[in-house]
Amino acid sequence: MKNILAMAASAVVMTTTMVHAQERTVYVYNWSDYIDEQILEDFTEETGINVVYDVFDSNELLETKLLTGGSGYDVVVPTASFMARQIDAGVFAKLDKSKLPNAQYLWDVVLDRTERYDPGNAYSINYMWGTTGFGMNKAKIAQVMDEAPLNSWDLLFKPENLEKVSKCGVYVLNAPAEMFPAALNYLGYEADSKDPEQLEEAGALLEKMRPHVRKFHSSEYINALANGDICLAVGWSGDILQARDRAAEADNGVTVDYVVPKEGSMMWFDQMAIPADAPHMDEAHAFLNYIMKPEVMAKASNYIYYANGVEASKEFLLDEVKNDPAIYPDQETIENLYTTTAYPPKVQRLVTRLWTQVTTGQ
Amino acid sequence: MDREVHSQAYTKSRLGRWALIAVPYAWLLLFFLAPFVIVFKISLSEVVVSIPPYQPVIDWANGLAGVLDTARQWSFDNYIWLTQDAIYFKAYLSSLQIALIATAITLVVGYPIAYGMARAPKAWQPTLLMLIILPFWTSFLIRVYAWIGILKNEGLLNQVLMSLGLISDPLIILNTNAAVYIGIVYSYLPFMVLPLYSSLEKMDGSLIEAAEDLGCPPMKAFWQVTIPLSVPGIIAGCFLVFIPAVGEFVIPDILGGSETLMIGKTLWVEFFRNRDWPVASAVAVVLLLILVIPIVLFQRQQEKQREAA
Repeated sequence: MKNILAMAASAVVMTTTMVHAQERTVYVYNWSDYIDEQILEDFTEETGINVVYDVFDSNELLETKLLTGGSGYDVVVPTASFMARQIDAGVFAKLDKSKLPNAQYLWDVVLDRTERYDPGNAYSINYMWGTTGFGMNKAKIAQVMDEAPLNSWDLLFKPENLEKVSKCGVYVLNAPAEMFPAALNYLGYEADSKDPEQLEEAGALLEKMRPHVRKFHSSEYINALANGDICLAVGWSGDILQARDRAAEADNGVTVDYVVPKEGSMMWFDQMAIPADAPHMDEAHAFLNYIMKPEVMAKASNYIYYANGVEASKEFLLDEVKNDPAIYPDQETIENLYTTTAYPPKVQRLVTRLWTQVTTGQ
Repeated sequence: MDREVHSQAYTKSRLGRWALIAVPYAWLLLFFLAPFVIVFKISLSEVVVSIPPYQPVIDWANGLAGVLDTARQWSFDNYIWLTQDAIYFKAYLSSLQIALIATAITLVVGYPIAYGMARAPKAWQPTLLMLIILPFWTSFLIRVYAWIGILKNEGLLNQVLMSLGLISDPLIILNTNAAVYIGIVYSYLPFMVLPLYSSLEKMDGSLIEAAEDLGCPPMKAFWQVTIPLSVPGIIAGCFLVFIPAVGEFVIPDILGGSETLMIGKTLWVEFFRNRDWPVASAVAVVLLLILVIPIVLFQRQQEKQREAA
C-alpha cells in the first residue's frame, strides 16, 4: 500500500515536472555588471530552469517597480536599507527555508547585521556586501596637493583640502542615504541619526563640498576614474575596484586605489528576495538555493570583486580577492564600519530637501 | 425626389465627417485625457507605505459609492505644499528659461539650414531631408552620451582647440548649463528644421524676385518677405522644441552639472527618492498647466488675428 502511494505520488510529481519541464523559467532582476553570466548558464544546465536576466542601476528604480506591483520578476536584489521599508509595504514573500538547504552556509557575521533590516532574515538572503569609500588616483592627487590625508574624511570634508584636490576632478555619489551618514559620523554623531538638527548640521557640512565637486553621480565615476578624468570619487567598493581593473587593462598609465577612511564608513548589503506576487515561486527558491552554494558564490565574487555572504565560499575564492583588504576588510576596519536603516517618510523628505540644497545650492 | 437624394448624401457626408473628427478625439481621450485624470487623481492622495504607495485607492468593487467614498478623502494639500518651498517655483522658472534660450538658439541655428535646404536644387532636397532625419536612426541616449566624449576636459573639442593653440587650459563645458544647451539644441534641431523647411519650401520664389525688381535690397527682402511668410513654420518649430525641452530630464541628467535645476529632475527626485507619488503628480499637473494655458491663449490670439485679417 505504501508502495502504491509512493508510486502514485512520484507519478504526480513526475507529470507535474514534465509539464513544467517544457517551460520552467525564473525572471531575475539584478544590478548591472553584478554576476558572472556563466553562473546563469550553469544554473540552467543543472536545474533545467531558464533564466531571464534583467538589470537596473538604482535602488529607486527597483523600488518604484516593486511598489507599482506586478513587476513580473521572481528574484530581485535591493540594498538592505531600502529593502527594510519594502518589507513593511508588503512587497516580499516570506522565504520557504525548507527549499533553501544551502542557507546553512550563510555567514553569521553578515546575518547578524542584515537582521537589522530583515528580522529573522525571513525575507532575504545576502548576495554581496561592501563598503563605501574613496576611489583615488594617488599620483594625480600628489601633483596638486602635498601630504594629502588620503585615508581620512578630512580630504573631503575640509574645504581647504578639497579645493586643492578639485583641480584634478572630484565626483561624489548622488546618494543622500550614503553621504548623510558619512557626514554625521565625521561630526561625531551616530551615523544612523534621524535627528533633524543633526541632519541639518550634516547638510551644512556637505554643502561646503559643492563648489569643489565636479559632479554628483552614482555610476559615471567608474569610467571617469578609469580614464583618469578625475582623481577622487566617493563610491562603492566594487565599482571602484572595477575602475581599478579597467584602468589596469587599458594600460593607460592610470592607477586607481580604493581606501576606506579611518573614521569609518558605510557597510551595505545587497539582498536577494522574492516579490510576493512572483509568478514562479519554486524556481525563485531554486535560484536562491543555487546561488548560496559556496563554489557558486565564490565564482560571483571572483568575477565582480565584492565580498559575499557565504563564509564557506572562501576556500574557492581567488587569493587576490580573498586577501584584498578593499574587498574583505581586516577585523579592525570591519569594527569601524557602520550600518544605517531607512528614513521614515518625514525624515526622508527633510534629507532629500537638504541634499537638493547640497547639490544645487537651492 | 431630387431633394431627398441630396439630403441623404448630406447626412452621409455629415456622418463621415463626424467619424473622421472622432478619431483624433478618441486618440486624445485615450492617450492624453485618461492618463492626465489618473495623474491628477494621484496628486490628490497622500503617501503611505504600501503597494501602491499612496491612498486612498478607489474601491471599484463598490461601484459609484466606492468612488464617492474615495473622493471624500481627496485634498489639495500637495498643491499647497508646492507653494511652501521656493525650490519648485525656482525649478519651473529655470526650466522655462533654459527651454526658452535653447529654443531661440535652435531657431537661429535651424533657420539657415532650412533656408539652404529650401533653396537647394530640387534634385538634392530629398537627400538633404534624409540627412536631417538620419540621426534618428541611432538611439537618442547614445547620441547624448556621445557628447560626454566630445565635451569633457580631455575630450575631442578641447584636444582640437588646444592643438590649434587657441586655448591653453581646457574649457570646462561638460556638467554645466552650457552643455545642457548644446545637448538640447543638438537633439531638437530636426524638430525645428523640418517645419521651417516645409514652410520655406512652399514659398513662391517669384515674390523675392518681385521685391528685388522693385528695388528692395536682398537683406530687406528677406526680412520683409521671407520671414513673415515662414512665421507658421517658426511657430510650429518653436513649439516642437520648447514644449519637450521644458520637461527634459535625460539631457540635464547626463550633460548637466550639480547646479542645473530643471523640473524634470525635481520630478524624478520626488517620485524616486522621496517615493512621494502624490507630490510628483502635483508637480506634473502644474507643469502641464504652465504649458497648456499659454499655448491655448496664444492660439486664440492667432485665430482672432486671422479672423480680423
